[in-house]
Amino acid sequence: MSISGLDELYREVILDHYRSPHGAATIDNPSVQVEGHNPLCGDELVMHLDIVDGEIRSMHIEPRGCSISVASASMLAQQLEGASLEDALELKKTFQAIMQGAEWPEGSDPGDLEALDGVKNFPVRIKCALLAWMTLEQALAEYDQDLVGEVVIDRDIEVVTKKS
Amino acid sequence: MAIGPVDIQTETAPLDVGQIRQDFPILQRKVHGKRLIYLDNAATSQKPQSVIDAISYYYSNTNANVHRGVHCLAEEATEAYETARHKVCQFINGDDPNSIVFTRNTTESINLVAHAWGRKFLEKGDEVVLTVTEHHSNLVPWQLLAGDTGCKLRFIDIDDEGHLRIDRLDEYITEKTKLVCMGHVSNALGTIHSVRTIACAARAVGALVLVDGAQGAPHGPVNVEALDCDFYAYSPHKALGPLGIGVLWARRDLLEEMNPFLGGGEMIRNVSLERSTWAGVPYKFEAGTPSVADAVGLGAAIDYLMKLGMENVRTHEKQIVSYAMERLTELPFIQLFGPRDPADRCGLVSFIDTDIHPHDLGTVVDQHGIAIRAGHHCAKPLMHRLGVVATARASFYIYNDREDVDKLVGSLLEARKVFRL
Repeated sequence: MSISGLDELYREVILDHYRSPHGAATIDNPSVQVEGHNPLCGDELVMHLDIVDGEIRSMHIEPRGCSISVASASMLAQQLEGASLEDALELKKTFQAIMQGAEWPEGSDPGDLEALDGVKNFPVRIKCALLAWMTLEQALAEYDQDLVGEVVIDRDIEVVTKKS
Repeated sequence: MAIGPVDIQTETAPLDVGQIRQDFPILQRKVHGKRLIYLDNAATSQKPQSVIDAISYYYSNTNANVHRGVHCLAEEATEAYETARHKVCQFINGDDPNSIVFTRNTTESINLVAHAWGRKFLEKGDEVVLTVTEHHSNLVPWQLLAGDTGCKLRFIDIDDEGHLRIDRLDEYITEKTKLVCMGHVSNALGTIHSVRTIACAARAVGALVLVDGAQGAPHGPVNVEALDCDFYAYSPHKALGPLGIGVLWARRDLLEEMNPFLGGGEMIRNVSLERSTWAGVPYKFEAGTPSVADAVGLGAAIDYLMKLGMENVRTHEKQIVSYAMERLTELPFIQLFGPRDPADRCGLVSFIDTDIHPHDLGTVVDQHGIAIRAGHHCAKPLMHRLGVVATARASFYIYNDREDVDKLVGSLLEARKVFRL
């Protein structure tokens, strides 16, 4: 990996999300609230969802961690506001596959998420990018267990449900 | 100069870092096309060829199980194993090799004390005093013990520089205190703790003292008698030795009256179907086949360090850490944690860049061939106390020099560029 690999990792759009993450606005009575932790590195993420008629009407996130984990959470919030629960779950599966080496499916519109492709070249940082998505899956499972089915917890990422 | 009291202040000689590096094969390799600059010594140190050779020689020539069998190899293996015990005793200035118990690591050594001493002698109402700076290995075993026995844990706080609040010891250490457990040196801040002062307060109320020496023993002369502690644990792999072997030193009379830890072969005197009696100390605590080759490697590591002289190791680290603090203080975006006086700290610096998360720093400096640690350093309560989730930590050893510090500083400046700052 050359030093230029770093520019590939830390793209401008990632730094923008890191410095001013989406989803800062709080939600009064969230439908579900969960907390994700990465015990190996100490990264944390609080996620609140307001779900109406099977859609994520708004999302509040409080990320505490590295640029990759914060940017990934911010992009998730940006991408999923207004999305159906099914689409949200689908995007989680796709993004996880991307981090494991897959390419974005043809015709898909990953938006800013595409900028996280560079993370694949830094295997130890993949869990940073995944924290928000594992937390999302847990949030969806909390809301609708049947929709998500069995949540397979990444052994590095512990997602803890916060009591409301 | 020493980390803890020594009787005589000896003259020190500078280490020949260029020569030392030649002894470490791993330091000849490149990382991302750059010379490896290894600054994660607080996690584990690298190993000199002599240690690697000793282990290889053992498996090529001596390998057998110990303390059983009457054949030549068994005899030689047993002697090699017991020789290592003598060397450890010398290394930490103990007076009785049978006070040395071999374990897997510092964590196991501490768990051994919590089980074999704690569960026998502590009960509800008793207090165990720790510090807020402890590594999880010197915290979680006591939490488990508290859960099982009903004893209470209390914590000595730190001041803004990371020194333990020894001015308030009488609040923490009371008549209820039965045991005081502290790191010799904080793995996350580098603070050399005032073990003797605290041991003195513990003695005054009749409490015992356990020292987690994981960051102490590798970095300077240790004298367990002068420290006035009752238990001293350390991990040889942080002191040039192999992974997989740990050390517990304890006062002989304590080892005699403690319960066994693990049950099995090697630790018994007599066994019937209904009951068993225990072997003498230290074998009572060494159930099962020990890691003999690692003990032999540990002996070779001690030989290497003793030849350099532990006073010289301490002086060398103090010079580097002093230089590192000087260079890092020049950078306005770097915030340093821990004592400002290099005399009060071991060879490590813990810091944050006010704009870049430690994990990101770790990734950027790695691309320059520099290995540092970024994270909570298994000291989450301390991170909470400092008001951060993580720090970056550069920890030095005998093969690091000022040029390594300069390279680190260069890579921190580079990180600012990567982050367009």
